[in-house]
Amino acid sequence: MLCYTAGPGSAPGAAKYRRGAVDLAGSRTDSDRQIHQPSGDTMAVLSNVAKPDSAALVDIYRRMLRVERNDDAIRASLRRGRLQMPYYSARGQEVIPATISHLLTQDDQICTIYRGIQDMVAKDMPLKPLWAEIAGRIDGTCKGKGGPMHLTYPDMGIMVTTGIVGSSMPIANGLAWAAQLDGSKRVVVAYFGDGASNIGAFHESLNMASAWKLPVLFVCANNGFAEHTRYEDATSVDFIAKRAAGYGMPGYTVDGNDPDDMYAHVSAAIERARAGEGPTLLECKTFRFLGHVLGDDDFYMDKDEKAAAMAADPLPALRARLIAEGHAGEDDLAAIQAAIEAEITEAQEFGFNSPLPSLDELRRDVFAEEMPA
Amino acid sequence: MSEKIQMNGIQAINAAMMEAMAADPKVLVLGEDVGDREGGGVTGTMKGLSSKFGTERVKSTPISEQAIMGAAIGAAMAGYKPVAEIMMMNFTTVCMDMIVNHAAKLRFMSGGQTSVPLTIRTLTGAGWQTAGQHSDFFEGWFAHTAGIKVVAGSNPADLKGLLLSCIDDPDPCIFIEGGMTLFVPGEVAPDQGPIPLGKANVVVPGSDVTIVSWSSQVLRCQMALQGLAEAGISAELIDLRTISPWDRECVLNSVAKTGRAMIVHEAVRSFGPGAEIAATINEELFGQLKKPVTRLGAPQCPVPFAKVLEDAYIIQPDAIVAAAKALMD
Repeated sequence: MLCYTAGPGSAPGAAKYRRGAVDLAGSRTDSDRQIHQPSGDTMAVLSNVAKPDSAALVDIYRRMLRVERNDDAIRASLRRGRLQMPYYSARGQEVIPATISHLLTQDDQICTIYRGIQDMVAKDMPLKPLWAEIAGRIDGTCKGKGGPMHLTYPDMGIMVTTGIVGSSMPIANGLAWAAQLDGSKRVVVAYFGDGASNIGAFHESLNMASAWKLPVLFVCANNGFAEHTRYEDATSVDFIAKRAAGYGMPGYTVDGNDPDDMYAHVSAAIERARAGEGPTLLECKTFRFLGHVLGDDDFYMDKDEKAAAMAADPLPALRARLIAEGHAGEDDLAAIQAAIEAEITEAQEFGFNSPLPSLDELRRDVFAEEMPA
Repeated sequence: MSEKIQMNGIQAINAAMMEAMAADPKVLVLGEDVGDREGGGVTGTMKGLSSKFGTERVKSTPISEQAIMGAAIGAAMAGYKPVAEIMMMNFTTVCMDMIVNHAAKLRFMSGGQTSVPLTIRTLTGAGWQTAGQHSDFFEGWFAHTAGIKVVAGSNPADLKGLLLSCIDDPDPCIFIEGGMTLFVPGEVAPDQGPIPLGKANVVVPGSDVTIVSWSSQVLRCQMALQGLAEAGISAELIDLRTISPWDRECVLNSVAKTGRAMIVHEAVRSFGPGAEIAATINEELFGQLKKPVTRLGAPQCPVPFAKVLEDAYIIQPDAIVAAAKALMD
């Protein structure tokens, strides 16, 4: 059951929410998808929703595992001092990019943010240039000049990674405008967090995208915290998806840890975008297990809330479901994991063995023409 | 040789846009009120474009500078050549993140995988009593940012030629339209083509003092030429045309000849581009200078409203003559 309920005694416009237990094995009905607002309003409800089949669920799991195994390897390398960089782990949020990437084509494009490696790994970005980049090496996808906060891989539609909160959205609009002018069916995903829904760029972008009917999916991973600030302490509405109404587009609050719910709503949003009907705002509720930046103290988090979220970790939950419902066998999943781990090991070795960039790189790529020495 | 045509800066910019859009279907225009239904831009530079090329390629936008710039950046990354109008240069402050953190840096940060062939056109200048938020020259801010070219013509022919080059350039360019330069007529050859970026123009050759200027301030320097001649000073006036990257060779060759240099800009003097040019001249030509390099620029205050204050804020022709005389003493 998916339900968000308001906590008692909340100030107007600052309703607390708690995510209820998600019955992963239970069958769902359309009425389960209704999101009941504290005010009694009901958000838009999808009927005849798209449902992932076995192959889709296994592929979503594969993408989630690729994200999680890669995240684990990055953290291990940071602990051992083999990597030096700021790192914003998305552990716990894997369902969102895994489901979206499953539903995108290679040509579809994404603009993501500093907590964005999961969005690329889920979209099957090759790991060798990723590891060489975060190691600051010349074989990195950005020749070691962008690092984890600016990873780019246009061949897979990974167009922009920004370190500025909110700035994925205006540029996603431009890419979508180009898709519209090209007469292509390409869609563009703008990934961002709940904190970014309070910055001006969000509002300007949603308005323009809707006015121009741009093929954009505005995907907000609402993990409940804007850096260290609780959602309800800094946000004027209880559900970010409500803001879509102000910009004339559909907005859905989705269980971002539930592949079925994500699959249904992302499918609808992509279909709408490809049909030229315009953008959709998807608020995907989730929880980040490792704070804002790796190593931050979680003093600002409610310990019980965090423990409950971690106990409901969506990755083992989906794995258990795949077995229980017969979508895959233990051997299949073990083989998937072994392949991913081998790929990561190979990518790490490639990255750490790649040469450092030449100092000439300081003069290159500032402009198309190399700067004089 | 075809006969030159008299036109003002607005017409020259319009001619450049007409040619660029006709030549390349990838050239787009976006900005507030740029469509014909909205008047073709605040000064009319975009008039006729939407009627001729359609409102898909010439898009009037919401008053949303971040969204305008983001749309232009994204389209540029996807292979288009957008010309984004930010109505007034002061409004670039609203979208500095998009310009500075994204347009200027995406090529470098992506290791050359993406690029942003974008032109930002923007109007500015004191002298119209538009006061503190509609008049500033911020070329120094952008010149201080790696990855964006800063361009400002002073006459119709240059405005046309420089804008064509900006549109063709593979990197982001900010094209500054000094208010004065839009309304002063000049001759433009019908086949006026692109003028290379980074190349200055010697407006008037001379032997005593080198004056380096750009945009509207070139016009005020030209007004000072008669006074300079009457004072017996042979001034070499250089219109820099591109502020970043600037034509060091042209400026240094001139100062090597004259031994005296003065930089005149409308922006405030402190921390202005004049300081960068003066420092370079000092570094390269220290032993050959007859006097310290002079910088003329506005006082460190916001552009004022009252005409008497605004006139005092702007470096006027008589101040240019006086400064040149001081260099000759």
